[in-house]
Amino acid sequence: MIYALLVLAPPVSGQASRHALTFARTVIARGHTLHRVFFLDAGTLNSAAGIVLPQDEANPVQPWSALARQHAVELVICVTSALRYGMLDAEEARRHDRQAPTIDTSFTISGLGDLVDACAQADRVVTFGG
Amino acid sequence: MRGSGKNAVLMVFTHSPYGSSLAGAGLDAALASAAFEQPVDLLFIGDGVLQLQSKQDNQALKIKHMGKVLASLPLYGIDRVYVDAKAVSRYQLDLDASLLATEALEPDKMHKLMVDYDHLLSF
Repeated sequence: MIYALLVLAPPVSGQASRHALTFARTVIARGHTLHRVFFLDAGTLNSAAGIVLPQDEANPVQPWSALARQHAVELVICVTSALRYGMLDAEEARRHDRQAPTIDTSFTISGLGDLVDACAQADRVVTFGG
Repeated sequence: MRGSGKNAVLMVFTHSPYGSSLAGAGLDAALASAAFEQPVDLLFIGDGVLQLQSKQDNQALKIKHMGKVLASLPLYGIDRVYVDAKAVSRYQLDLDASLLATEALEPDKMHKLMVDYDHLLSF
């Protein structure tokens, strides 16, 4: 079965984005395909490259990036939300005259069309947060 | 339920219009679906029914007027809008003055509605 996820929750407040990650790993472990994870609203903060946590806490961004690398999962953050939350790749940082990019390079910035497309392609779209 | 498109999508709105940015994000997603000719149906439940309130004032907040966005949805082909009848009565909302023409559903009908769709996206 083809799955896609919609993540609306931020990484370090509440458990929803952690649940999304666990769900994503389980979907893959059970032999299904995870096509795309679409991050919207505060969910775009899951791409933040600058998150620093105490040593005894797990960084929330690295597991997403590992998932993308190992299983070819697309990690897409919504451009409108990303700009609102200050989540910029190199191109957006340049375009909006900001000092530096702020997102992990395993995420790509795109439009809501990618969510619409995920709804058309996937057998299941599961929302986390919201 | 809509027959067009491969998958029928119901967007469920559960948050008040200005309490978070979720209402705005959800409306953007609904507009994007319409723009890609995959119109969705909408269901407002719980605090989400407050989004239909016609007397919204965004002046002091200096953020986008959610009601205006919502009222424009029929222009984009989004015209099947359902509301949680219990929440409407709890908030004493006047559906005749609502920003969109809606159909009020009791909980059992809402459940029947939800199982009809391929995807539920909740905001």
